[in-house]
Amino acid sequence: MRRRVMHRFANPARFLRIAKPLTPWLLWLGIALTLGACLWGVFFTPTERLMGDTVKIIFVHVPAAWLGMGGWTGIAIASIVQLVWRHPLAGVSARAIAVPGATFAAICLITGSIWGRPTWGTWWVWDGRLTSMLVLFFLYLGYIALSNASSEKGDTSRVAAVFGIIGAVNIPIINRSVIWWESQHQKASITLGGSSIDQAYLVPLFVSVAGFSLLFGALVLMRMRTALAEMRIEARMRRMADY
Amino acid sequence: MPHAPFIIASFVVTGVGISWLVISSYLAMRRAEASADELRQQP
Repeated sequence: MRRRVMHRFANPARFLRIAKPLTPWLLWLGIALTLGACLWGVFFTPTERLMGDTVKIIFVHVPAAWLGMGGWTGIAIASIVQLVWRHPLAGVSARAIAVPGATFAAICLITGSIWGRPTWGTWWVWDGRLTSMLVLFFLYLGYIALSNASSEKGDTSRVAAVFGIIGAVNIPIINRSVIWWESQHQKASITLGGSSIDQAYLVPLFVSVAGFSLLFGALVLMRMRTALAEMRIEARMRRMADY
Repeated sequence: MPHAPFIIASFVVTGVGISWLVISSYLAMRRAEASADELRQQP
């Protein structure tokens, strides 16, 4: 049943019928929620006792970190689907996730570094959390280079898919790094069991995460549509060359 | 140490990064879909 549902969406034409009207909704709703949450977070949340006003960086740093990690999780799942079930859209979606994922990982690293200077007194420390996040950013760069090289050669980027699955090993390392090693970075504030963050910050933070996630979804759909259009152009050119 | 420059810098980096990504992805999509439609209409 699950397999039948999955293969129903394997048809690019069917996918485009859903993606085309969905893209502007995700984009505009994402922009509205993100801007609203950032304005709420910056102007209407109180100053934190220990971190002062720098706590407001949380509204961009945390969503960027979650999406940087979530993006690679998406690449790994899509790569498994591509290799095991040969779903034609899985490889396209994995490649579409890579650049937004790398950008969000970079935003997480830069905003974290900016937050570290007034809070820790340093821009950077080579501890488990920061280093594993930097490794994730380099993994994204490697994946982008591999998938670009594969598509130039015209194959279905199986090497990139394998790299996407192996690279997923880094995701639990990032998550557990603050527990396994001594770190300047604070322990997880939000877990499945609850949150140690005050409601005054938690609610705008969740709105911000929702907004960033919708934007991420819109970006992935736009990049998938681009890839599918380029594939249509290539197929058409090949047919024209054959005549 | 004043905190405002750090907060402003964080939001500017995020805004510039996401705006670049959204605009470049949107333009690339429009360009590719327009070219694909144009080619399809050719006999």
